[in-house]
Amino acid sequence: MKKLIAWFDERIPMTKTWNIHLAQYPAPKNFNFWYLFGVLAMLVLVNQILTGIWLTMNYVPSADGAFASVEYIMRDIDYGWLLRYMHSTGASAFFVVVYLHMFRGMMYGSYQKPRELLWVFGMLIFLVLMAEAFMGYLLPWGQMSYWGAQVIISLFGAIPIIGDDLTLWIRGDYVISGATLNRFFALHVIALPLVLVILVFLHIIALHEVGSNNPEGINIKKPKGSVPEEEKPKFKFHERFTNKYDIVDAFPFFPYYVVKDLVGIGIFLFLFCYVIFFAPAMGGLFLEPPNFEPANPLKTPEHIAPVWYFTPFYAILRAVPDKLLGVILMFGAIVALFLLPWIDRGKVRSIRYRCGFHKVNLTLFVISFIALGYLGLKPATEVYTFFARVFTFLYFAFFVFLFFYSKNENTKPVPERITK
Amino acid sequence: MKQFLKTTLLVAATIWSVAGFAAGPTVPLDEAKVDLHDKASLQRGAQLFMNYCLGCHSMEYQRYNRTFNDLGIPEDLGEANLQFTGEKVGDLITNAMPAEAAGAWFGTAAPDLTLVARVRGADWIYTYLRSFYVDESRPFGVNNTVFPNVGMPHVLQELQGVPRKTTEQRMIDGEMQDVYVGIKTDGSGMLSESEYDQAMLDLTNFLVYTGEPMLLEQRRLGWKVFGFLLVFTILAWLLKREFFKDVKKK
Repeated sequence: MKKLIAWFDERIPMTKTWNIHLAQYPAPKNFNFWYLFGVLAMLVLVNQILTGIWLTMNYVPSADGAFASVEYIMRDIDYGWLLRYMHSTGASAFFVVVYLHMFRGMMYGSYQKPRELLWVFGMLIFLVLMAEAFMGYLLPWGQMSYWGAQVIISLFGAIPIIGDDLTLWIRGDYVISGATLNRFFALHVIALPLVLVILVFLHIIALHEVGSNNPEGINIKKPKGSVPEEEKPKFKFHERFTNKYDIVDAFPFFPYYVVKDLVGIGIFLFLFCYVIFFAPAMGGLFLEPPNFEPANPLKTPEHIAPVWYFTPFYAILRAVPDKLLGVILMFGAIVALFLLPWIDRGKVRSIRYRCGFHKVNLTLFVISFIALGYLGLKPATEVYTFFARVFTFLYFAFFVFLFFYSKNENTKPVPERITK
Repeated sequence: MKQFLKTTLLVAATIWSVAGFAAGPTVPLDEAKVDLHDKASLQRGAQLFMNYCLGCHSMEYQRYNRTFNDLGIPEDLGEANLQFTGEKVGDLITNAMPAEAAGAWFGTAAPDLTLVARVRGADWIYTYLRSFYVDESRPFGVNNTVFPNVGMPHVLQELQGVPRKTTEQRMIDGEMQDVYVGIKTDGSGMLSESEYDQAMLDLTNFLVYTGEPMLLEQRRLGWKVFGFLLVFTILAWLLKREFFKDVKKK
């Protein structure tokens, strides 16, 4: 065995990679519940890829065959229903864990220097994930697949001059048709997953270059020689980390956080499997009832709502009376998140040591996001639109306020070391 | 942190309740007490479907033999009594009505019913089937309170009899007014009112089954998966506890 490993190590950096990224990677000792969601996102990604491969084996990407082939998978393939529900539930679960993962980053300032690029890679993952989910939702070719895609693609029509040609280019037809379905299928099963996997790889490489943040926002890398020998952890970290710094308050990711994450994964799977086996439609949130009716270009459903994970942005779109301005604001909501590392000019990372106003501001932001998500599911009545405007304002106000108060923020003193 | 979560939940709950008022009222639906374990009810529902519905409505994603096996009907009996147009027992439950002709006859092609329970819900179907009433202004002489101006004739009239909207004289604001109290049959049908309700429940039950024929298997497997996850999580927790002993030492 040793000989075999040595044989590989002479030809590829196998043991070295294992050590740098797992067995000798220093992870802060105070990770809490919120640090689970990165691992869970990876788990869901693997779930999506594996179930996706098997679904592709029986799915028929054509306007005539798509809907029936999904029902064929549900009824005639052994455990086809399980594959399909794992995939459809996985799509929603992906957004649940990614939203919580992003919130963790915002709460503990994980986007701040030197983790700006890490955050940007994360945002790119989020963007590609939205495209991936949107295209995947067209594939069952149900009423909501069809009309949801119709609404979202028509948004690009609001862009002046090139709008109409752009929508034509995206659809490959004057209306959503088999041509659209086929290209979305190609993008959904190969192009976007490939980009997604590459981005996840870059996200992790960037993370392991700068090191993990933690709930205290305290740096675990201290200047070389500044930490007395007896205060250093008794674990072996890779020299890549210890060459330049003294590492404190950390232990290796493997095996410690791996076994800890296994417990978290177990608990997550309880929730995940509850949905798969007992509520796969999740009361119409994960699988919308009109989507059990085949796409019909001549019959518009009474009420078109995108799937829940898009609704916060959809609500922002509808809150604005002007279509172009609405589209700009909707994309602006995502751009603002991209720019967060530069909008926040604070020096203190964790919410625990930031000013009271920041806590209120972030709370209002979360409330706005959830409220917009709820409003996006509802028809745009007068009352709802009014609320949507209020929360759209609060959503953007978060970034504006943050930009101003973070410059000279009244923060609490941050301890030198993680105590606990 | 706790305070933060509390405020978030509180505000979310407030928005939820305020927003709830804006939902518009529709015809109240009667609760369909469907039971997928009740094989006899499912079999009666299948019989009603094959005899009364399949002429116009297909069930094109569901197979005869799957249905027979799931409902406990021996295949030869099913083939002899529930298949009318000479298909093989492994075929999908389709019908021969051309969509264009159906459009001309009824104004629209009759929708496929395999998944109707997932689109509309059991309560809707159960109420709809019991909500036809005489309306001479409609082409087939009937209308439906749940689905106004429906293009479908009341094919179950021979079972239910002739249903009419009935009103009662009631004193409202000091005046006698006619108040709608529901649909009553004239009793000319083959079934009594409660028998008809039961028959419609059977039919609804069957449609709920065809919407998700895997549902019972799905739940059974779910409990087994929970059992596995329980063992897995406990073992993972014990493993974690063991490993973290070194962390505490150092």
